[in-house]
Amino acid sequence: MNATNKVINPILELTGVGIEFPTPKGSFKALTDVNLKIAKGEMISLIGHSGCGKSTVLNIVAGLLQATEGGAVLEGKEVNEPGPERAVVFQNHSLLPWLTAYENVELAVKTVFDKSKSKTEMKEWIEHNLNLVHMGHAMHKRPDEISGGMKQRVGIARALAMEPKILLMDEPFGALDALTRAHLQDSVMEIQKELGNTIIMITHDVDEAGLLSDRIVMMTNGPAATIGEILEIDLPHPRNRIELADDAKYNHYRQQVLSFLYEKQRKVEPLIKPTKKESSSAKQSA
Amino acid sequence: MTNKITKLPNSFFNWGSLTDDVMPLWMQETVKTIMLPIAGLLFFLFIWAAVAQNINTSLGEFPGPTKAFEQFQSLISEHNAEREKEVAFYQRQEDRNAARLAQDPSYQVKIRSYTGKPTFIDQIGTSLITVLTGFILASIVAIPLGIMIGLSKNLYAAANPVIQLFKPVSPLAWLPLVTMVVSAVYTSDDPLFAKSFITSVITVLLCSLWPTVINTAVGTASISPDLLNVSKVLRLKPMTHIFKVVIPSAIPMVFTGLRLSLGIAWMVLIAAEMLAQNPGLGKFVWDEFQNGSSNSLGRIMVAVLVIGLIGFLLDRIMLMLQRVFSWDKQAVLR
Repeated sequence: MNATNKVINPILELTGVGIEFPTPKGSFKALTDVNLKIAKGEMISLIGHSGCGKSTVLNIVAGLLQATEGGAVLEGKEVNEPGPERAVVFQNHSLLPWLTAYENVELAVKTVFDKSKSKTEMKEWIEHNLNLVHMGHAMHKRPDEISGGMKQRVGIARALAMEPKILLMDEPFGALDALTRAHLQDSVMEIQKELGNTIIMITHDVDEAGLLSDRIVMMTNGPAATIGEILEIDLPHPRNRIELADDAKYNHYRQQVLSFLYEKQRKVEPLIKPTKKESSSAKQSA
Repeated sequence: MTNKITKLPNSFFNWGSLTDDVMPLWMQETVKTIMLPIAGLLFFLFIWAAVAQNINTSLGEFPGPTKAFEQFQSLISEHNAEREKEVAFYQRQEDRNAARLAQDPSYQVKIRSYTGKPTFIDQIGTSLITVLTGFILASIVAIPLGIMIGLSKNLYAAANPVIQLFKPVSPLAWLPLVTMVVSAVYTSDDPLFAKSFITSVITVLLCSLWPTVINTAVGTASISPDLLNVSKVLRLKPMTHIFKVVIPSAIPMVFTGLRLSLGIAWMVLIAAEMLAQNPGLGKFVWDEFQNGSSNSLGRIMVAVLVIGLIGFLLDRIMLMLQRVFSWDKQAVLR
């Protein structure tokens, strides 16, 4: 495939991944021939138009969906069911609303470290992870008592607390306002610098992809979507959004992603969908 | 100044903004929570009194509020009189036994229990015990059943026709069957409970089962797919999944079902008591109807209001329980 997809010793390897969904009108092929190798500690962004199957790729890695062709291999083991070594940060936080922030993280920690950590160690570990996302001050609040950005922080803390081999983020900041999003992006950069997690993140946001990732994986439009291009972002970490805004290299990368999304994979959707009658009369006249 | 002028005509036609200007907030709250309900009740009493005067039955004029209140007082004094009689009855027995013991120390004391007629207040107590027994038994069956049905789409599809078939069945249809089955099966020389009690409890149970089953099943099945994914990623054990994720998520719907069930249980009980001749408010109404004295209609009217009041209080108690147990404190509870 692409030259930038040659990773030696990958932690995660997707080979010829495709998926078909059965529908009443026959099967629908959503993905085809997705090949991707990810190195340990890498931060990958998946970008593409909505409906192109980004989430499907992520769900296959998470084990929530089963690929009908090819498969995903994590550290030499095939992925065929969900598990905490592939923690997911969901788009709408998905915290259990009847538990406090602490209890939400606790549920994850108790299941993952059932035998390997003592009670006091668990408590320390939960608090450590909540402090890491700057939620130490509100750890005993329930989700409905904290803001959207704070909920997403707790969601990230819960995922990090599982000590995953790979962290999967499904549009983690999509539902947040621009300022909160910037805060959380900084937090993620900070955490990744500290822990060196391997991360796959889905995003719609070109700037977000450019700011955070080591590589941007661009997907073609569905049906039968696949990887179109992979762009390596060769900018030193830590990155600063203000400096990048004026950086020629960064702007060049940005231009390339934009050109992929809006020229090569331009999604043509009519503003007004023709009604059945009109389209059939159009056929007759043709 | 101009502001004031443009505002005046507005608030003149808009009652809401008029009160905003004139009344302090606490006073508005008092009007809403106390005055308006009282006004509604007064209006009802007025209509009742006006209509009652114009209805003549074979037992005399339909009882208005005053007549019903008189009967209420007489029911209370009858109850007190009966209690005094009971106390006096036991006192007499004790005196007599003490006297006999003094004469003959080898005498074996026998206490006979009082066999007076149950009063209105006693009947209320019996009805409450019966309805709560039936309702609690129904809930013990319905909640686990609802969770099981809600967890499995196949089980739901299989159970749904049965539930839909039995849900609309009136208690009156069940009653003869239940009566016959209870007489056939529940045979004991020294029964712990009266047969009529068992019959009423089972009828209440059969009718109040369904709303809880259906609402629990729907609450369980409509759990957010995101939360199910969380549970899958964490690989929660089945029991942890049910107790930590499914049940808390279904709790608000479970309570909706329980409140509906309790309301139905109370309605069904009155009908069952009338027909099964189980002591209770239903039997009280039936006996008064058969009695047919000039006071009967007034007494039945008292029973009607008491039945309504108790039904309302039962619902409020369930609401309080919901507030205690449900995590969703912000949900609108009515």
